[in-house]
Amino acid sequence: MSLLELDDVKVHFPVKRGVLFDRTVGHVYAVDGVSLSVEAGQTYGLVGESGCGKTTLGRAVLRLTDITSGRVVFDGTDLAALPDEEMRRTRHRLQMVFQDPLGSLNPRQNIESILAEGMAAHGIGANREERRERIVEILRRVGLPAGALSRYPHEFSGGQRQRIGIARAIVLEPDLIICDEPVSALDVSIQAQVLNLLEELQDALGLTYLVIAHDLAVVRHISDRIGVMYLGSLVEEAPSDALYAEPRHPYTRALMSAVPVPDPEVEDNRERILLRGDLPSPANPPAGCRFHTRCPWRQPERCDTERPALTDLGDGHRVACHYAAEIADGTVQPIRDLAPPVLRDVPGVPAQAGGGEEPVPAAS
Amino acid sequence: MSLLDVDELTVAFAGRGGPDTRAVAGVSFAVDQGEVVGLVGESGCGKSVTSLALMGLLPKRGVTVGGRAVFDGTDLLSLRPSALRDLRGSQLAMIFQDPLSSLNPVVPIGIQVTEILTRHRGLRGAAARKEAAALLDRVGIPDPTRRLKEYPHQLSGGMRQRALIAMAVACAPRLLIADEPTTALDVTIQAQILELLKELVDQQGTALLMITHDLGVVAGLCDRVNVLYAGKVVEAAARRPLFADPAHPYAHGLLGSIPRLDAPRGDPLNPIRGSINDRIDWADGCAFAPRCDFYTLDCLQGTPELAGRAGPAGADDEADTGHRVRCVNPVTTTSEATEAAV
Amino acid sequence: MSTTTKSAKIDRLAELTARNETASGASLWVEAFRRLRRSKMALIGAAIMAVFVVLAIVGPWIAPYSPTAQTWRDEVFVNRGEFVGPRGDNWLGLDHLGRDLFSRLLVGTRQTLLVGVVSTVLAFVVGAVIGGVSGAALAFGGRVGRQIDTVLMRLIDMMLALPSLLLAVSIAAVLGQSLTTVMIAVGVAQIPIFARLLRGSMLAQAGADYVLAARSLGVRRRRIVLAHVLPNSLGPLIVQSTLALATAIIEAAALSYLGLGNPDASQPEWGVMLAQAQRFFDQEPMMAVYPALGIIITSLGFTLLGEAMREALDPRLRS
Repeated sequence: MSLLELDDVKVHFPVKRGVLFDRTVGHVYAVDGVSLSVEAGQTYGLVGESGCGKTTLGRAVLRLTDITSGRVVFDGTDLAALPDEEMRRTRHRLQMVFQDPLGSLNPRQNIESILAEGMAAHGIGANREERRERIVEILRRVGLPAGALSRYPHEFSGGQRQRIGIARAIVLEPDLIICDEPVSALDVSIQAQVLNLLEELQDALGLTYLVIAHDLAVVRHISDRIGVMYLGSLVEEAPSDALYAEPRHPYTRALMSAVPVPDPEVEDNRERILLRGDLPSPANPPAGCRFHTRCPWRQPERCDTERPALTDLGDGHRVACHYAAEIADGTVQPIRDLAPPVLRDVPGVPAQAGGGEEPVPAAS
Repeated sequence: MSLLDVDELTVAFAGRGGPDTRAVAGVSFAVDQGEVVGLVGESGCGKSVTSLALMGLLPKRGVTVGGRAVFDGTDLLSLRPSALRDLRGSQLAMIFQDPLSSLNPVVPIGIQVTEILTRHRGLRGAAARKEAAALLDRVGIPDPTRRLKEYPHQLSGGMRQRALIAMAVACAPRLLIADEPTTALDVTIQAQILELLKELVDQQGTALLMITHDLGVVAGLCDRVNVLYAGKVVEAAARRPLFADPAHPYAHGLLGSIPRLDAPRGDPLNPIRGSINDRIDWADGCAFAPRCDFYTLDCLQGTPELAGRAGPAGADDEADTGHRVRCVNPVTTTSEATEAAV
Repeated sequence: MSTTTKSAKIDRLAELTARNETASGASLWVEAFRRLRRSKMALIGAAIMAVFVVLAIVGPWIAPYSPTAQTWRDEVFVNRGEFVGPRGDNWLGLDHLGRDLFSRLLVGTRQTLLVGVVSTVLAFVVGAVIGGVSGAALAFGGRVGRQIDTVLMRLIDMMLALPSLLLAVSIAAVLGQSLTTVMIAVGVAQIPIFARLLRGSMLAQAGADYVLAARSLGVRRRRIVLAHVLPNSLGPLIVQSTLALATAIIEAAALSYLGLGNPDASQPEWGVMLAQAQRFFDQEPMMAVYPALGIIITSLGFTLLGEAMREALDPRLRS
């Protein structure tokens, strides 16, 4: 049985408006029917662009956001149905690592106090000394000196702060850690340190990760299985290597072709699928396939009206596209006209211009 | 001669009650007509300060700028503010990371674009509006006539960046400085913007100075690359040799620490240890030494020079590849890491 | 490579990087205090405050004459417009009843400051309780919490809608005329500011990632409010209280001026003195200028300190 199982999870936020009385005028469909399962000891990567609902989904799993419908089954228990106090006592088994390493640490707590807090809340460690012993051990594990105990978050570098955030999670000996953009706020050279640390800890402690990120390269590096989200739902899910080798959903293909690779040979020769336009608003998602407004492979009628379900193509490769098979065998071709308009050939732009003041407002 | 020649640019910020901070510690590079040059580095390496210094956008108080930046025969750094303003917009333009704060939030896009056309190209009224719509259309903003009436917050991030690019290229500048233009955008939108910039350079012959932390972006876009560390260029090379054969341990380390989409799952990353805070002053030696896997005692004997790199063994030594590296002990295929020290 | 060069390498590098170690284990409050000590504005403000606090304490002992005794009654003729200005015995001259102005000013410091401090403390405590309950209820109390917040905030809105001086006048009218009334009146008038400020600040903090982190750790709600949200929300209130102190002194003076202050008018207090001097302003303006200056300078001291604290506590200016 999977450690974590999501069954048709929906999180809809009401949009309220009104002068005297708040009327619900609509909903933001942040997460709109996501089902997935995370196996114990593995890493599930959830990838998608901003506004796709991945962060909301992560918070919904931890019940930091209430879900509208569906089930979040963790180790056999439906978390959504748990009474508050029982949920609180279960929390040490599910932990979270946040995107903003500084913002997620209370600036007025020193490191010992930050790490001891969760232990105290769950009765781990009999007294201060016992807790301190364990904290020092955990600090060593995440690569921080024991001298860090009495120091404050603002005295550390970004990478070290993220290590503190990780230490805070693992000190409770959780089974599952949700990492919400764990490295996107860090410099490139530091990202690798933190990714390596996460992998080491997984091996040593048998952790299960749900990694949420926008960077497909990061997700692919760390995940066993990847789910691609678009506008509140999964469009494709597959083992990491299979997803890279054979992306089946048009959105995954576009996403993959857009990720820059630090290698000129690859960059110069790869096929690039440019999507036109932007992500539609989750408050007003398109009918039919959510992606049809930007899809280069879009077919008439069916894509606009019928929402494709996530179907298994075999080998655990699931995709939500009516024409996945046809696109793969080439019967359905991308429509080039739908490629985004780039620099048009407009004659008459003068090569020289008169004097004057700056045209580009300076960033204030 | 190059279009822009930056020579030993230094920028120091007066410390509040402490010593001055040298954000840029002597940066030299050149940009040729129609060329895309990258300035790459992590936060705190001085890349953004360099671009602001070139545009004359640094605050006057508490900032000391030194060196030369010759643009088409005139030194930008010694130009009078009014003369620099004339250059800015007509020949030099800049786009920023955050398109929202670079646009005036209470003025419709159309007015912001026509304003430039009026100032620099003398277009007014219907003609200016028509040209503005054409500009927006050109950078791929659909339904440009309607967009002109909208305010910046009504546009998506990608559209805002397009609008900003439209404004920057309104007068066909000879040099465009782009400071992390795609960092705030989603990948698919980033791909659109990068494609747009590429076509701009190809069609208009605009030179582009691309400032970014993303080596992936550099690999796809730049002709030549300057890698910055702690306010100095540590390696300068054409795109392909840099990625194929990075000589400075920092550049080498950066490439080793990026997870690549095309690498098999589980390929280990080789991070650079420590953080940008673990550095020494350039005067004491190589600023990167505390984080370097290959450093020797020689690294601590004064500032290393940015020197031409010898070609691969057996190659014609005469040919100047333009590959320069600031390291006394550059990485070769046979380099072995010395043990960790700090 | 021999071991000696290896260790030499390590030593040299350690020596060069050592000075980059600035971490000290100092909390944010300590850091803010350090920044405060470096600020000229804060030093001037603190110096002014210190002088007046000392004067308030020792004033009655060092005053050359009794502040209430009408010693030189027969030298002042109000109806003829004859006043006594500064002279050898009386440095600032006499008031309209022949009392030594300097002594009155000196002794009046205590009451003036007392009114300011007590009313501000009152406003701070009550305002913080209302604002804190309201903010905590709204952020963590669910549906019931929202209702509690609504009720409390409407109450505060009503208080805000009344001009503060009018509110003070009505309280004084109900409670009768006394120094306590002035303190309560001035304090109550300031409650809404503190309540609103804390509530807003708490709501902002409640959305911060570290609060989310505490929730996901399974920390109890009460502790989240008391140990996380509240301490991080107090900064603006502390700044506000120094500014409120200045306002309180001025408002107390205004109330005394309107005749709602201490009924024993012979007891010196700057506001009272200002009120009394007003009648003779065209004949002897200096009688009003001295207490007015006192009020202005103390207010300035508190304001300077408050502004400096605002800067010191501002997280955006953290180096």
